[in-house]
Amino acid sequence: MADRRFTIKVGLASCGIAAGAQQVYDEFANQLSKAELNADLILTGCLGMCYCEPLVEVSTDGHERYLYGNVGPGDVDRIISQHLAGGEPVRDLLVYAPGLDPEMDLYFAKQVRIALKNCGVINPEDIASYLKAGGYQGLRKALEIGPEAVIEEIKASGLRGRGGAGFPTWLKWSLTRQASGDVKYVICNADEGDPGAFMDRSILESDPHSVIEGMLIAAYAIGAGKGYIYCRAEYPLAIKRLRLAIGQAEACGFLGGNIQGSGFDFSLEIREGAGAFVCGEETALIMSVEGKRGMPRFRPPYPSEKGLFGAPTSINNVETYANVPRILQGGAEAYSKYGTEKSKGTKVFALAGKVKRGGLVEIPMGMTIDEIVFDIGGGISTGKAFKAIQTGGPSGGCIPASLGGTPVDYESLGRIGAIMGSGGLLVMDEDTCMVDVAKYFLTFARGESCGKCTFCRVGSEKMLEILERITSGKGTSEDLSLIKNLGEAVKSGSMCGLGQTMPNPVLTTLQYFAEEYQAHIDEAYCPARQCKALISYHIDPDRCRGCGLCAKVCAVGAISGELRKPYTIDSEVCVRCGLCAAACRFDAIDVVSRPKSAEASLGVAQ
Amino acid sequence: MRITSEQSYAIEQIVNKYRNLSGAAIPILQEIQNQLGYVSPQFIEKVAELTEIPASELYGIVTFYTQFRLEPIGENHIQICHGTACHLAGANAVIEAFESSTGAKCGSTSKDGKFTLDKVACMGCCSLAPVVGVNGKIHGRMTAEKAQKLARELKGGDSRGR
Repeated sequence: MADRRFTIKVGLASCGIAAGAQQVYDEFANQLSKAELNADLILTGCLGMCYCEPLVEVSTDGHERYLYGNVGPGDVDRIISQHLAGGEPVRDLLVYAPGLDPEMDLYFAKQVRIALKNCGVINPEDIASYLKAGGYQGLRKALEIGPEAVIEEIKASGLRGRGGAGFPTWLKWSLTRQASGDVKYVICNADEGDPGAFMDRSILESDPHSVIEGMLIAAYAIGAGKGYIYCRAEYPLAIKRLRLAIGQAEACGFLGGNIQGSGFDFSLEIREGAGAFVCGEETALIMSVEGKRGMPRFRPPYPSEKGLFGAPTSINNVETYANVPRILQGGAEAYSKYGTEKSKGTKVFALAGKVKRGGLVEIPMGMTIDEIVFDIGGGISTGKAFKAIQTGGPSGGCIPASLGGTPVDYESLGRIGAIMGSGGLLVMDEDTCMVDVAKYFLTFARGESCGKCTFCRVGSEKMLEILERITSGKGTSEDLSLIKNLGEAVKSGSMCGLGQTMPNPVLTTLQYFAEEYQAHIDEAYCPARQCKALISYHIDPDRCRGCGLCAKVCAVGAISGELRKPYTIDSEVCVRCGLCAAACRFDAIDVVSRPKSAEASLGVAQ
Repeated sequence: MRITSEQSYAIEQIVNKYRNLSGAAIPILQEIQNQLGYVSPQFIEKVAELTEIPASELYGIVTFYTQFRLEPIGENHIQICHGTACHLAGANAVIEAFESSTGAKCGSTSKDGKFTLDKVACMGCCSLAPVVGVNGKIHGRMTAEKAQKLARELKGGDSRGR
């Protein structure tokens, strides 16, 4: 085996590191330094399969690819001695190998990796690795064909803003190019604030140069000399790798004065977001870069005319920029052959929630929801029924499983009341209470309202009060029409995207899960058994062994009993925290929610 | 709380460093928090004096963005993710377990100064949900039980150290 050259890649993006990938990498480094093996150890970014991190890829001379999942430092020895030295893959750790599992073949076959082309492939901390993978060829092409041809190429590709709104990228660039002014800016919006979304983080951590190159091309097309990357401070690794990449790009003459001898000057600065969701809105983001409170302002004038420091500015999202070099390099046609008539190319999604194979996936636009959830995601992780998906975070909608045949593109999702969003895709099973989900998103959005518009500031508060009433079993039928009217009013009475979209989770759940709202109101019943005021915990005397563990973990002393005899919970004292049920080793504690009518027919309330 | 001469010196250095940056208020305040741990009203006065940015504007920034804290942080900083995936996976139970076992409420510090609890929007590790950051290190697949145990360990660990 000694004549074969192995490449070992360890995925070191944030979620890999959180799962312990750094220790795995260190163990490989340590053992390989002692072994006489023909092997290269490479740090790489996100391989996309977050559900089985830490991930290690072993390939032979760049051909056969073996992926190991859930690897611990203790497994390193086996991978080295069995696979590298012995030529025999370690079967029980494999998650992917050629011909191993048709399900996994489908997982990869369904995906098209354009924006994620380099993620989990190259070393994000080394520009040479990016250059070897064709890096900065898109910029070279752009400098050859000139700014106007660049904009034409992007127009032909059909690329639209991947931040969620789907505004045509070429048009934004063209308007900024045409705007009068000597000083112009490009900004990269990396303020990925949607809870449940991590596409931008993964791209920045795994392939930072692609974003820098995309910004360079945009700046060249627009005539901007300076760019800002506005990145969440909550993403320290992304910021670290970006800084490293900017330094390397400067050293290699891709940033700075007279780039690659073209006469084009461009410099880049990182600004750390300070934690305000509203700064994902472009005018608020501009305020924040200017060092002020991130309050959105009225448009027009649009940033393309009057943006950062009053100068024409084009703002695009991380994923949009990551696509740009690939379009320039491969040609618009190679990109636009994917997708639907009006939504071209691919979209990256962060698949999370109750799905088996959660992680980062990139799909051609137009793929159906069911294909994403089942063929790629592997279906529901809990084995329960698929209930809904949620896209677009606090601005998006909940789509019921019955609409799983809907193609994922800007228009189709818009028609059913949802949005594409930036790419968070949450999968929910039957244990998810849709009223609770609506309340969750509204609570989030209310907290992030900047307070400027009355409808957003007060309307969100009032809507939340109604949801609180409903989830505590005190709602009335009038509440449903009230919250719907209020939702419509907040949408039309708010100035920026935050307020205009904040009612979406409420309105879509009202539309598709009306019976669930009704059950909370009419029956004081939470079918998913999530709303605290409507559930109670009970110990089943047949299953209880009387071990006393539940009484020990209970923080409020609600559980009593004698050892070796069934324990009981005092519902008056119980705070429904769920500690006991989680601790019970005999699965003897049930969560119960009973419709009022059922209680009445029982004759006794327990 | 009065401002010490070390703090005053650090703030002067930071302001000088960003002298030529446009829109520097946020980076200045961020670096003050990085170095000194928090941004007190006294620090704000000092920055206002050095930069001629009105203290009211700086105070507006500090209270607008969630990143800034006006008070020092406890010995252990626990950030409980309450993103959507974590919410679905039971983040509320984790929050309650931490609150009951540390004596601190989310957004505040316990009386003994040992714990500061914060609820954060999303840490981007959704496949490991529910997720908690303890002093910068991320712990995945949390449960209420694990949370209680972690809090116990952190309490015990610190008192042994004294």
